[in-house]
Amino acid sequence: MDFKPKIVIFVCNWCSYAAADGAGMKRAKYPAGIKLIRVMCSGRVDPQFILQAFHQGADGVMIMGCHPGDCHYKEGNYKALRRAKLLQKILDQLGVEGDRFKLEWVSASEADRFIKVVNEMYENVQKLGPLDYKADTLFSSEVAETVEQGSETTPESVTETLDNNETEEIEQIL
Amino acid sequence: MDKPKAAFYWCASCGGCEESLVDLNEAVIKVLTAVDMVLMPVAMDFKYEDVRKLADKEITVSFINGAIRTSEQEELVKLLRKKSIYVIAYGACSHLGGVPGLANFYKKESILDRAYIESESTVNPEKKLPKMKTTVEGKELELPEFYDRVYALNQVIDVDYYIPGCPPVPDVVKNAIVALLKGALPPKGSILTPNKSLCKDCPRQESKPDKLSIKEFKRPYEIMDNGDCFLQQGVICLGISTRTGCESSCINANMPCRGCFGPTDNVMESGSKASSAISSIIDTNDEQEIDAIMDTIVDPAGLFYRYSLPASILGKNIKIKK
Repeated sequence: MDFKPKIVIFVCNWCSYAAADGAGMKRAKYPAGIKLIRVMCSGRVDPQFILQAFHQGADGVMIMGCHPGDCHYKEGNYKALRRAKLLQKILDQLGVEGDRFKLEWVSASEADRFIKVVNEMYENVQKLGPLDYKADTLFSSEVAETVEQGSETTPESVTETLDNNETEEIEQIL
Repeated sequence: MDKPKAAFYWCASCGGCEESLVDLNEAVIKVLTAVDMVLMPVAMDFKYEDVRKLADKEITVSFINGAIRTSEQEELVKLLRKKSIYVIAYGACSHLGGVPGLANFYKKESILDRAYIESESTVNPEKKLPKMKTTVEGKELELPEFYDRVYALNQVIDVDYYIPGCPPVPDVVKNAIVALLKGALPPKGSILTPNKSLCKDCPRQESKPDKLSIKEFKRPYEIMDNGDCFLQQGVICLGISTRTGCESSCINANMPCRGCFGPTDNVMESGSKASSAISSIIDTNDEQEIDAIMDTIVDPAGLFYRYSLPASILGKNIKIKK
């Protein structure tokens, strides 16, 4: 298949990033379209990050964290799990297919599992094809230009047309 | 000396924003006599042509409410932009897309089908749908185009200030008008309400525990309200992720916040931020239990994006299924 998806993976510093490191040391291979972003904890990943990744052109987004019970910060990964569950439902309603977003647990020693999970994700997204989002706005650059000049007008220009008494009067009433 | 000119235009809106002007009580008379209205379809009979005849930047301020869905609305807001020094997005619909923005969950075709063919009260055996051009007795009649989706105002034109709310409350409107008349305006692009969350001003603030934990979500009619924090009672309240300034109108009427004031400045979009906050107060770590609790949230996207779908991160280019 020609389509080469872009996949963003948020990896936690303590487990999954170490697993990716291990995979590198083993000279294991995974597709170049996979971009890793290291965060301190999977619980740090705000749902806004995921939406923003999709918005900026990712075809798939993944969060990787420590296995339940192993979180360096005790329960960051549980928070990630709960957020992921709700976000999954929202993404469904927004028209982003389920397989494009995944949460996986990968511990520091699981370099092989890292490779397996990542490749599976890549294949699944490849089957789905590109996430075809087009920038869609009625904003025309022509209007924007004329507008910019206008917005430089200083606020004083408004008061010039009203005398002071009148302004004060309005203020009192309001 | 000439009075400053002002316009008050509506797009896809319910008219509630115009009502909110009346909420200013006596002050509305003062405001309306201090300015020279050039366009206000709800109350005054000016034609679009009158606006076209004005010089560029002749209108001091245009208040525009409602979301944008038709070519007529687009044309008018672009015209007002050209003729005005300031454009203020007035109300939740022009600020974030508002309730009309929920139509973005559906395709244009299915909306037209539902409204003109399928609805129970409609008799339309020939399945006639509105057309942009119709010929009647040799004369061609035109209707504005109905776009594929709903836009927030700042997705169509440059917007100087935002007055949020569904509808905006009198104090916010008053402060904005005074700031405008005094020339004491904040930086361009500001939302003219305090930049903190509704919980800070909530009358039920004291009953909010330090650590919220929820085992089951309920809808407002399923509880006997005891006057405590809604989240504490298991009802989803979006005050945690919504800007304050609304005088807690809904809370005072014993209803939870639904987020019409939109997010604070440091949040990109309130919907996903609210979903994040709500999911982190769920009181279990067991996957199956989490699933069961999540199932008690009915229509999550419709709930968290009730007023902000067109302006949300993915809503800008939402892919529609139905």
